[in-house]
Amino acid sequence: MMTTLVAARISVSPGRVGAVINRNVGALRSGPSYWVVLISGFFEPLLYLLSIGVGVGALVGDLTFDGQTMSYAAFVAPAMLAVSAMSGALAETTFNFFFKLKYMKTFEAVLATPVRPFEIAVGELVWAVIRGSLYTAIFLGFMVAMGLTTVAGALAAFPATVLVGLAFGAVGMWVSTLMRGWQDFDLLGTGQFALFLFSGTFSPVQNYPVGVEILIQLTPLYHAVELVRALCTGIVGPGILVNIAYLAVMGVGGLWLASRRVEKMLCL
Amino acid sequence: MADQSLISARGLVKRFGDFTAVDGIDLEVAPGEAFGFLGPNGAGKSSTMRMIGCVSTPTAGELRILGMDPVRDGTRIRARLGVCPQLDNLDPDLSVRENLTTYARYFGVSRAEARRRADELLEFVQLSDRANGKVEPLSGGMKRRLTIARAMVNEPDLVLLDEPTTGLDPQARHLVWERLFRLKQRGTTLVLTTHYMDEAEQLCDRLVVMDGGKIVAEGSPRALIENYSTAEVVELRFADGLDSNAQYAAKLDGIGERVDPLPDRVLLYADDGDAAVAEVHRRGLSPASVLVRRSTLEDVFLHLTGRTLVD
Repeated sequence: MMTTLVAARISVSPGRVGAVINRNVGALRSGPSYWVVLISGFFEPLLYLLSIGVGVGALVGDLTFDGQTMSYAAFVAPAMLAVSAMSGALAETTFNFFFKLKYMKTFEAVLATPVRPFEIAVGELVWAVIRGSLYTAIFLGFMVAMGLTTVAGALAAFPATVLVGLAFGAVGMWVSTLMRGWQDFDLLGTGQFALFLFSGTFSPVQNYPVGVEILIQLTPLYHAVELVRALCTGIVGPGILVNIAYLAVMGVGGLWLASRRVEKMLCL
Repeated sequence: MADQSLISARGLVKRFGDFTAVDGIDLEVAPGEAFGFLGPNGAGKSSTMRMIGCVSTPTAGELRILGMDPVRDGTRIRARLGVCPQLDNLDPDLSVRENLTTYARYFGVSRAEARRRADELLEFVQLSDRANGKVEPLSGGMKRRLTIARAMVNEPDLVLLDEPTTGLDPQARHLVWERLFRLKQRGTTLVLTTHYMDEAEQLCDRLVVMDGGKIVAEGSPRALIENYSTAEVVELRFADGLDSNAQYAAKLDGIGERVDPLPDRVLLYADDGDAAVAEVHRRGLSPASVLVRRSTLEDVFLHLTGRTLVD
């Protein structure tokens, strides 16, 4: 009985998931303001790469990472790529998802149709990752053009950025179902910024005291940066299996919790 | 199969924590019927509608929709329902037409077919000239008509309308009623909630009166009026009324079938209103205003619960 209930909850109709995505495509096409959001999400990590990676990099010079010497920009760029994948997906599953859930009552209308809460969650997540992947694909193009990674590195890193988007998008969606109002988003923003600064983005985590290093290794963006950097630089060790597992658990767990919260909130 | 109920409920209960919203109701709705839930705010109408719409799980009792179990077959049932919620939840990010075509996709309707249906439905609700416009500038009545059109996009067997004209001005209400009447003529089964007597009388073949989560009466609007009221009602207002209406009621005792003192007026239930008014004057009473009117569902509700319907 329990297993059939679980199976019923997670079985999805591709057509209905597609319809959830289709709604977002329609909204994107009809609103010019949406394109502005889309472009701004792409420029932020690029500006960091140029100012810190290239600018500060000129002062820092080359650095040795895992026994290999590389430019500072080549060290920072994969981290900015991971950040881009994270923030692209998060922008969609936090602000936009919350707005549709709480204010526009979009999902209330959708749940009166055959579409189920889990299908809404999957559709919204896939859409968020499509959006995030648009950023990362362009960003990877810049990296190759600037000689910060190889074409092979870019092709290997792209699926990793998709996984990063799935992981952060799913958890972000769950978090936004717990949000009480817009004020809570300030907290989320602060958390996101802390991750951005300390996840081995601008300096190897080994530079920190051991306690801090371990703490960082427990946080999610660290695993995203490690995985994407390994694939971009070609310095791949067995450690990436841990990174992949960590991100996969985030994705599956976040999705599951988000759909349960949507059901609890809207199917009273 | 022809006379099988579209909705069948036995002892249906919905509780939210300690609060019982729906307290053991029984009902049957037949195909082609226009069925209404009449009651004040908080009577349990919307909770019942949400259970019928398979978005809310019954706490207890038995419920069958289209012959299926709403908990197990919710997806299959919702595929054949059209739902017009109490508050419009149209999509402001989409155009008027896209609101219909996008919604059709949730039911698995193909793109081309969705577009065909959208154009046909916009024609039906008289919004064709707004098809490419945004939703936000539409008036309340237009939004409501668009929501009704959206509820029709999957060609449903059963349409649920939760307070379809609440908050609309009289002209907009009549236009909505007229469209709903056409749906009814086409043989669409309508289930609606309302707290307007005139709406129930205009649209419903049969209705139940709900109060405090229970069904307190059931029948056609005419039958309810005949059973629980008189043919006519006389409304008397006295210049010094308000506090003394109960005393006036005592003096009016015996006129017609029943005398009901309200805070602002006294109601006299009588089959012949004019004769009752003559008797009032004969007793030496001179009310400031006298109105003789036909009995309505409001009188039925007042009689059943002791309260007026719209609070």
